Amino acid sequence: MKPLALFAAVGAAFAVVPFLGLPAFYESFLYLVFHWIVLATSWNLLSGYSGYFSFGHAAFFGAGVYSTAVLAGKAGWPFLLTLPVAAAVPAALGVALGAIVFRLPALRGELFALITLALMFVFATIVLNTPLDGGPGVYMSAVEVPALAPTPSGSFYLLALILALGTVGIAYSVYRSRFGTGLFAIHDDEDVAEVMGVPTYRYKLAALALSCALAGLAGGIHGVFVSYVTVGETFSGWLALNVILMAALGGTRHWAGPAVGAAAVTVMTFYFTTSDYAIAGRALVGLIFIVVILFMPNGLLGRFAVRKPLAARSEATAAGTIAVQGKREEPILVVRGAKKAFKGVQALAGVDLEVRRGEILGLVGPNGSGKSTLINVVSGHYPIDGGSMVFEGRELAGQAPHRVARSGIARTYQIPRPFAHLSVLENVALPPMFGQVRMDRRAAQAEAWRWLAFTGLEKKALQFPKDLNLHERKFLELARALASRPKLLFLDEVLSGLTPSEIDGAVRTIRAIREQGATIVFVEHVMRAVMELTDRVVVLTNGRSIAQGAPREVMRDPQVIDAYLGSAHA
Amino acid sequence: MPSLTLLGQSVLSGVFIGALYGLLGLGLTLSWGLLRQINLAHFALVFLGAYLNYQLASAGLDPLLTLAVTAPAFFVFGVALHWLLARFSVSPLNTLLVTFGFMVMIESLIQWIWTADFRRMENHYGNVRWKVGELYVPLPELLTLIVAAALAYGVWALLRYTDLGKAMRAASEDAPVAAAFGINEKRLALLLSGACAAFAAVAGVCLALSHTLAPAQIYAWIGVVFAAVMIGGLGNPVGALVAGIVIGVSEALTMALIAPAWAPLVSFTLLIAYLLFRPHRLA
Repeated sequence: MKPLALFAAVGAAFAVVPFLGLPAFYESFLYLVFHWIVLATSWNLLSGYSGYFSFGHAAFFGAGVYSTAVLAGKAGWPFLLTLPVAAAVPAALGVALGAIVFRLPALRGELFALITLALMFVFATIVLNTPLDGGPGVYMSAVEVPALAPTPSGSFYLLALILALGTVGIAYSVYRSRFGTGLFAIHDDEDVAEVMGVPTYRYKLAALALSCALAGLAGGIHGVFVSYVTVGETFSGWLALNVILMAALGGTRHWAGPAVGAAAVTVMTFYFTTSDYAIAGRALVGLIFIVVILFMPNGLLGRFAVRKPLAARSEATAAGTIAVQGKREEPILVVRGAKKAFKGVQALAGVDLEVRRGEILGLVGPNGSGKSTLINVVSGHYPIDGGSMVFEGRELAGQAPHRVARSGIARTYQIPRPFAHLSVLENVALPPMFGQVRMDRRAAQAEAWRWLAFTGLEKKALQFPKDLNLHERKFLELARALASRPKLLFLDEVLSGLTPSEIDGAVRTIRAIREQGATIVFVEHVMRAVMELTDRVVVLTNGRSIAQGAPREVMRDPQVIDAYLGSAHA
Repeated sequence: MPSLTLLGQSVLSGVFIGALYGLLGLGLTLSWGLLRQINLAHFALVFLGAYLNYQLASAGLDPLLTLAVTAPAFFVFGVALHWLLARFSVSPLNTLLVTFGFMVMIESLIQWIWTADFRRMENHYGNVRWKVGELYVPLPELLTLIVAAALAYGVWALLRYTDLGKAMRAASEDAPVAAAFGINEKRLALLLSGACAAFAAVAGVCLALSHTLAPAQIYAWIGVVFAAVMIGGLGNPVGALVAGIVIGVSEALTMALIAPAWAPLVSFTLLIAYLLFRPHRLA
């Protein structure tokens, strides 16, 4: 069944409930289930998909509650008009917080979790000490609710149903979209995602804003539903725990996981709180929480969380060439005086380098000479300290890594860094979705199939990176870099750790890549491959380029021999 | 403008409460900085320690002597917790979730045994206080400050100068390499986790001496203590104490000069300011 039809069918089936004349208890109970589905699913949009755990969902929920409470309960606005505000206020607060925390260089995840936790107490303090509440709570029994159903409880039921369907629908479409794929990549390795072209900062903010807005909407409705709100009841740590428990129980990597978990936990808590064992029930929820995280880190729907491929193997893009624009031999990348220091170690001390279109440039030098640092600086992973890097007439210094990727530069990592929770196919399909040509997921997967065939990884396409051996992981790195059809490709020691026969195969592959029209900068210690493959060689030592030219001539340069072997041999 | 005496008294009380923040933060900063575990259960342990202290003191035991019971018991809990987290190789972020579960369970246990009512430990330390110039110095708070400073300095010196401390720092930097150099990093981690939990018992005694207890208050300490831990630098016991005192004094001045109800915002504001201006100091 098509998802849209499924949503419509489920919605229609539940929509008739208020018209059946059942006791109000059923409507109110189902209302609570929908309410928790909205909260858990909205939490999951940011925290489950991108891995930034929020402990402050109650803060954003509470901001929504009090937006409606103040406007409808105190200022007399019509209820429905307050809902856009109940969504906008938490979203704005969330974005303001994210703008600070998401920029941090380290520990972003842990700090985000703790700061959101603190945020709840901050909001509670502000609301309690200002006329927003001031202490006594806000009554909303006089607020009129539009009569959608024969009874008031039926109307709340329908409001919550609509919101729940909408929220799960949003979770579903994000899950299937480019946006969602970017969030999953952030979850696994944010730095690599950024280098592959994912605008990580913007994506995190967008997911946070969406998450907060939906929680705020749930709050706006819930405040009127309970008709009397207090700071203590609204901003409770219990809510955050519950929401995380629900999402973790159902499965954070599946769009329906939090909804399933929310339904299960709501039913369970209902039985406990109506029994005589309320405290024991609370302890039991804590215990279930621990057991779920330890034994089912992927939740109830974990096994279904593997996304099916959209494009089949037979749909692989036909082998075309990467169009060479502009003249061969003209400089494509010009680096002048590039400087980079790490706590006193001058990794790059003014590197000058020119890469010409269509060539394979070998970048060699002893360990610690600055080769990898140069790649990291060009790709934007490290900000450059001084100098300039001009790629096709555009300055790269100061650009965010995802912008560098979009201008047509790709790289591999010396130690492969695949996205652990994405299939091999999805790993390779990611860069084309965020590269120069922004393909949709289907086209990107068709493209990925082509590069998997090229690197001989077709059979492993639906497996996960952990199932690959080192040789295959290196080729996964290569396929991933190629799939974005880069104009300029940095290969960082793709041959290290391979056997001689594997190296022969890889050398053939790299030749084939150049034939397709890419320009390659080849960082390598395996000299045999350097000699066979490269048109020109640049030698780095101590962060400076000391020689460049044809491979055989450069290798006879006394300075180069000195740098590699020490002066006794020169 | 309040009088100078009042201001002095509030700065002093800020130092005292800050010492308690630092003492609570001691175990947290060590487990976060050296074991990469964010232990929310620490707060619940502190309160459990405080309640046990309350219980044993009502039975006539001297509050400080109860440590002989609680500290070893908590040490065992800390070892067990680390064994569990290591056994399932729980990721740093998931340690936050697992220990959140433990926190709720311990809170339920406390509520079940001692109910949700406020409890106050009656003891002979509580009534002792001295007058220094114009200022009153209560004994329980002074004791907290001395214990917090001694422990923080002791742990710092241990980590810095002894072979054991060097081994611990090496193991946290790169466990496999440390193991290759003959460090039994698994045992060190268990030891450290146990020690952190034992510090919770010490903090519990100090908490019980100077504060009224209620299970729901566990959550109220989280934000401010973590702010102290982060500003002080992860894994830095002295830093946590100094940051705790800075926060405590700022809070006390906010209470005296603006209004008591706004004090909870102070730690958050300081932390956000710190993250904005010194983000590279973290980690």
